[in-house]
Amino acid sequence: MNTIKYEPIIGLEIHAELLTITKMFCGCSADHSSLLEPNTLICPVCTGLPGAMPVLNKKAVEQSILVGLALNCTINEVNIFARKNYFYPDLPKGYQISQYDHPVASDGWLDILDENEGTRQRVRIRRAHLEEDTAKLMHKGNFALIDFNRAGVPLLEIVSEPDMHSVQAILSYANKIRAILRYLGVNSGDMEKGVLRFEANISVRPLGSQELNTRTEIKNLNSFRSLTQASSYEINRQIDLYNNGLDVNLETLGWDEVKGETYSQRGKEEAHDYRYFPEPDIPPILVDRSWVQTISSQLPELPDAKNKRFMEEYGLSLQEVRSLTYEKEFADFFEKVVTLSSSPTKMIYNWLTGEFTRQINERNIDIQKIPVTPENFAQLLDLFSSRVINDFTAKEILVEIFISNKNVRDIISEKGLLQISDENYLTDLINRILSENPDPVKQYLAGKESLFQWFMGQVSRETKGKSDPQVVRQLLQKILKNNN
Amino acid sequence: MELYNLSIRKAHELLVKKQISSVELTSAVLANIHRLDPKIRAYLTVVEQRALEQARKADIRLHSRENITPLTGIPYAVKDCFSTRGIRTTCGSKILQDYIPQYSASVVEKLNNAGAVLLGKHNMDEFGMGSSCENSAFFNTHNPWNLERVPGGSSGGSAASVSAGLSLFAIGEDTGGSIRMPAGFCNIVGLKPTYGRVSRYGHIALVSSFDSVGPLTQDVYDCATVLQTIAGKDPKDGTSLPDPVPIYTTSLEKSINGLRLGIPREYFQAGMEAGVETVLQDAIRVFEKLGMQVQEVSLPHTRAALPVYYLILFAEASANLARFDGTRFGYSTNQKVESVIDLILQTRQEGFGEEVKRRIMLGAYTLSAGYYDAYYLKAQKVRSLIREDFRSAFEKCDVLLAPTCPTTAFKIGEKKQDPLTMYLSDIFVVATNLAGVPALSLPCGFSEGLPVGMQLIGNHLSEEILFQIGYAYQAETEWHNMHPLIT
Ligand SMILES: [Zn+2]
Repeated sequence: MNTIKYEPIIGLEIHAELLTITKMFCGCSADHSSLLEPNTLICPVCTGLPGAMPVLNKKAVEQSILVGLALNCTINEVNIFARKNYFYPDLPKGYQISQYDHPVASDGWLDILDENEGTRQRVRIRRAHLEEDTAKLMHKGNFALIDFNRAGVPLLEIVSEPDMHSVQAILSYANKIRAILRYLGVNSGDMEKGVLRFEANISVRPLGSQELNTRTEIKNLNSFRSLTQASSYEINRQIDLYNNGLDVNLETLGWDEVKGETYSQRGKEEAHDYRYFPEPDIPPILVDRSWVQTISSQLPELPDAKNKRFMEEYGLSLQEVRSLTYEKEFADFFEKVVTLSSSPTKMIYNWLTGEFTRQINERNIDIQKIPVTPENFAQLLDLFSSRVINDFTAKEILVEIFISNKNVRDIISEKGLLQISDENYLTDLINRILSENPDPVKQYLAGKESLFQWFMGQVSRETKGKSDPQVVRQLLQKILKNNN
Repeated sequence: MELYNLSIRKAHELLVKKQISSVELTSAVLANIHRLDPKIRAYLTVVEQRALEQARKADIRLHSRENITPLTGIPYAVKDCFSTRGIRTTCGSKILQDYIPQYSASVVEKLNNAGAVLLGKHNMDEFGMGSSCENSAFFNTHNPWNLERVPGGSSGGSAASVSAGLSLFAIGEDTGGSIRMPAGFCNIVGLKPTYGRVSRYGHIALVSSFDSVGPLTQDVYDCATVLQTIAGKDPKDGTSLPDPVPIYTTSLEKSINGLRLGIPREYFQAGMEAGVETVLQDAIRVFEKLGMQVQEVSLPHTRAALPVYYLILFAEASANLARFDGTRFGYSTNQKVESVIDLILQTRQEGFGEEVKRRIMLGAYTLSAGYYDAYYLKAQKVRSLIREDFRSAFEKCDVLLAPTCPTTAFKIGEKKQDPLTMYLSDIFVVATNLAGVPALSLPCGFSEGLPVGMQLIGNHLSEEILFQIGYAYQAETEWHNMHPLIT
């Protein structure tokens, strides 16, 4: 059978919770960590009590403008909020305050790297608009419980054009948006807390064709994993339908994490009519040039610019640089260590992306809260590169400073971890070890060279790992040769 | 004179001179409520013990001579659309019949801080939807001038209360005449301030872009006193105006000689009862006598005001009333339901009255996809034309004069079955809400024993001039000093 090759067409909506101190329309704290008791960050406004009125938090608009600028958008001069009307118990007012035809930002773009092809690709951003988050529903048996701590937290909805054609591309795009939001300090990027949520619009068409087929929309994807799994599932489902001579229905889908399937939430005929109209409680917000300029002066160096600079300044490859710049805090840490340390940059990079990252992952450490100071880590590396301590000791101390961040020199003197490179001492030790182990010596001399490492290990064991391996190696070779 | 018929100004004098105490005054009003309210039914809730406690506190304040305001110790009540902490707030609806709020409206907080004594909550048309108080989910309020007639609406309880001496003043809310129209029917003063002049925070919204909180009082001096207490920017209401609030009472006696009084031609062509027109013509002569220059002006889009008003009202109200869903507060159905959406539908089906449901449905319809442009958007366009009408009229004159209502108070039941005729009673009042300008309704005479009200309409933030003209008029006339004889 002659199978047709299909091309997916994907657009992404990213809902990002902004990192304002207070909620979007009231004075309640917006920091609704999941550790909090339900309904402890609430007031008449965010629970929609009769008579309560929203007052706009300008910080939410400022953060949105910042994102708009970072995504190369036009910042619109007039911002109008609108009521999006529908009934659901997580929506206390019976309408969501959102933006409709006057969003904060529109018509931007973002370049991503297609990992498969390694090529740069431009994704157009249609718009970025502000809206309030809803409450959280929790189902318990026959009841549903509502936690309003999240209700009214500012959300920025970033809507792309359908410019992506692979799951890999949407992953690159989503990752890059996440990194940018973190660089701007407007989103924690903490996926487990649901601060980033995705909706994917997907259709497929025969490769090379220009027609636009019916698309479906998958809602409520809360992790990169569900985003990629749901998208590939949906792409394949649509291709299968066409291959079997069937049609794709215009519908809204949910994603069943357990079954690994999309399922229909509602079809075209049940589509909501949200009856948008301008929110009369919030006067239009005028964004003048000088305000935009003030905000744009706060724009930090963004990932692309940082990658470029790191490659030039530190002689690293793009691949290497990206592993440093994915998290801003990590990139900052790297740069500080480079400034403080006299060790080679490449060595710093290797340690940071190697042992250091391993510690962070093993200990499940939040990258924003690295417990080790750059000063201490730089000192550790310098002591290692000047061979005051050996590799084994350096790793041991690294573990130690991840636990306590005690001064590296103090740890060394407290634990007596200075490297032993005294040749007389080591010569005596090696002689003793060789005389105590006549059989391995004989075997080695008979040609079993692999035993050399065993002798090295014995010395290391006797010195509790503090011996300078280079010196030991030289001495051991010399003495064994003489024994011959 | 009975204590309960005192004006705020007179009562304040007596309180400050220690000739009466706030407890005495409050008790006298409460006694009058016991005597008359069973006939008038102005109150949905009376908080007697709380009021006496507040009066005692006011007396301490008066005694210490510190921090005394013109409202310290003055008993008042608010329309039941204002959220009052710990006091049942129904908005005239079954859906809120047992709702006890956790917070108070900003206007109530301000009056509380000023030392005013809250007596209770006034009856109203459900969610402010009505012009007669007959749409209250609980009972009708009766006009103190004729108990078989309506007090007007939707702030009918408030107007009847002030008229009958059941409170020295009241706070009402005017979406499309809801303060002025009952003030006219009950022979008292009612002000719809400039949109945004008084905070709406804690007022259960009907039409967010029209709603104006204002006083109902016996005379213009009192009205000025209350407004200067409650007006001003409120950080909790993003639409409240930042402009400084004048001390209105200090400029009341300023001469109005030479001010230009515009008579909108279209209002007098629209048709009104003969008795109302006669009284209005008399009033115009009084203004001429006071030295005002009377001239005819045109508000060419007057005919469109009523349909535009109702279109926008339906739309905004349909959204404002969406929060009453039975999940967090207020009435919730006792029927067995299958889903949370059924719970919401059933609660709203049972909890809202006919008129409210009619308007929600009309509102949802006008906002629906495909109709939005033809209805809501078009209405907003015409609304700007009406605003423009007022703007150009105020280039030619300082204030406009119009009747408050084309008729005097009608009989209870007379228009209830005919919502369209009922809507027509709002014909002279709604345009000011569309334009956001202030309007002061004053007693100006009687027709067949029933009070007639007129309104002075001013430009944005012109309350000071409205008060000056109203004050001069009341210095020249006695209508506002007439009290109903209730038997
Ligand atoms: Zn809140």
